[in-house]
Amino acid sequence: MSFEAIRADFSAIANWVKPNSTLLDLGCGDGVFLEYIRRAKQVKTYGVEISDEQVLACVAKDLDVIQQDLEGGLALFEDQSFDTVVLSQTLQTIHQTEAILREVVRVGKECVVSFPNFAHWSHRAAVFMGHMPVTKSLPYDWYNTPNVRVLTIKDFESLASKIGIRILDRVVLHDSQEVKWCANLFGSLAIYRVGRT
Amino acid sequence: MSSLQTKLYSLEFTKALPLQSGTHFGPYTLKVETYGTLNAKKSNAVLICHALNASHHVAGVNDSGQTGWWDNMVGPGKPVDTNHFFVIGINNLGSCFGSTGPMSPDPATGIPYGASFPILTVEDWVLSQSYVADYFGVQKFAAVMGGSLGGMQAIAWGMMFPERVGHCIVIASSANLSAQNIAFNEIARNAIMSDPDFHQGNFYAHAVVPKSGLRVARMIGHITYLSNDDMAEKFGRVLRRPTGAKQDYQFSFDTEFEVESYLRYQGDKFADYFDANTYLLITRALDYFDPAMDYENDLSKAFAHIQANFLVISFSTDWRFAPQRSREIVKALLDNKHRVAYAEIDAPHGHDAFLLDDARYHALIQSYFVKMQGECN
Repeated sequence: MSFEAIRADFSAIANWVKPNSTLLDLGCGDGVFLEYIRRAKQVKTYGVEISDEQVLACVAKDLDVIQQDLEGGLALFEDQSFDTVVLSQTLQTIHQTEAILREVVRVGKECVVSFPNFAHWSHRAAVFMGHMPVTKSLPYDWYNTPNVRVLTIKDFESLASKIGIRILDRVVLHDSQEVKWCANLFGSLAIYRVGRT
Repeated sequence: MSSLQTKLYSLEFTKALPLQSGTHFGPYTLKVETYGTLNAKKSNAVLICHALNASHHVAGVNDSGQTGWWDNMVGPGKPVDTNHFFVIGINNLGSCFGSTGPMSPDPATGIPYGASFPILTVEDWVLSQSYVADYFGVQKFAAVMGGSLGGMQAIAWGMMFPERVGHCIVIASSANLSAQNIAFNEIARNAIMSDPDFHQGNFYAHAVVPKSGLRVARMIGHITYLSNDDMAEKFGRVLRRPTGAKQDYQFSFDTEFEVESYLRYQGDKFADYFDANTYLLITRALDYFDPAMDYENDLSKAFAHIQANFLVISFSTDWRFAPQRSREIVKALLDNKHRVAYAEIDAPHGHDAFLLDDARYHALIQSYFVKMQGECN
């Protein structure tokens, strides 16, 4: 993913984060978003990450990071203990999809969930031509992808209503630009603000 | 690489130490070793707390040719870099490496304290360590760091002196011992106390040492410090035989398996240098440590006043101080929104992993200390 695309993603999320609040980033990677939001909004941040190298990268950035597997749930975190819980482009890498979504809205007063949209036209075109898509938002081959659940905007919204997650806001992006029209066709990255019903 | 700049101290404290048990103890001596240089602001001091059988001799090679117990961690260019930090190692009160302990002569009688040496707690040690900090003029430690029982001391520092410690580094530790853990300690103590040479703790007068008890205590300890996989890999079912000899049973109770040979060797070595009363004392301090007890057994409440940032590390195959026990510490810190980083290192070496050289583990500590350097200037 390009640097600009990351920025667009970050600033869309930052618009929903209140200054001086608390934020938990699940699957925080090397902590680049946490570093950004901490500076942009003076937010007290924590990250959760499974990889040794990424945890080390977070520690080097002076970030508070907890090493654990998200598949095991969020037992370390109390109900409604964070103003914002972020699950940024991580949902598609988790097997326990419903469980993690329930955990996210249990721990966060408000939550941000983002994922690459499999229904983007370029992905549809790749499948139409007989191949799994390899694009900017899905940059892996089918045999080495960390993604275990690919989903579309429509899929997420129907699952959300099924498991009692309220959608408060939505921003869909492609190449850093907001997509307003036919989002499920022209958007490659969907970002939702959600909460408990 | 510059040198370690080792300095050795015997600090005499004349004022009696008020103990958690309600009594006082003193005067007493603490053996201290330091590395590196204290900066002008006295802001770069790091206290390294030892576990059961270690001492003030943390790094480098001493006059007796012994390498420090955490030499792979502390030194110039090492994760705890003595080119930047002033590192203090203290032999805890009651231990047997030069600080006042059960084998020291009681000034009132001239004979070793033995069984009359008071029961000490982790909190008692921390209080005595604070006087060592005062001696060096250290108002606030950059970090207090330890593994296992040493980690408990780091936790106690954060609770007892919140304004005197910047970072608590707690490795392979726990906020209290489980029943299983206390049980292991009790077996070890029982082995020592039932040795006929123990003489109710006053064996010094009889010029004997309860060696067989100490040996068994060390053997049981050693098993719990290793993982099952680690033992399988190190020893398997290999028989102790001269090279080239047939791997046949000898149908005897002599050393048959490699693992027996290892345990007997470790036991013998330990019985030669460690004091039996110190073993009892330190295992009891481990059992008693339970900082949540005064807070309705709620560790989150116990941690409310902590100001230090925490780095907590556990090892996947450590079953004596399992990762779950470290997660309890992390959760209590998170409940208070205290600053904490937690790493669970996937290592095969059980509890002993905290003393071993593991690239991921050492990189993490190194990175944490590099980040701390900026805070000390």
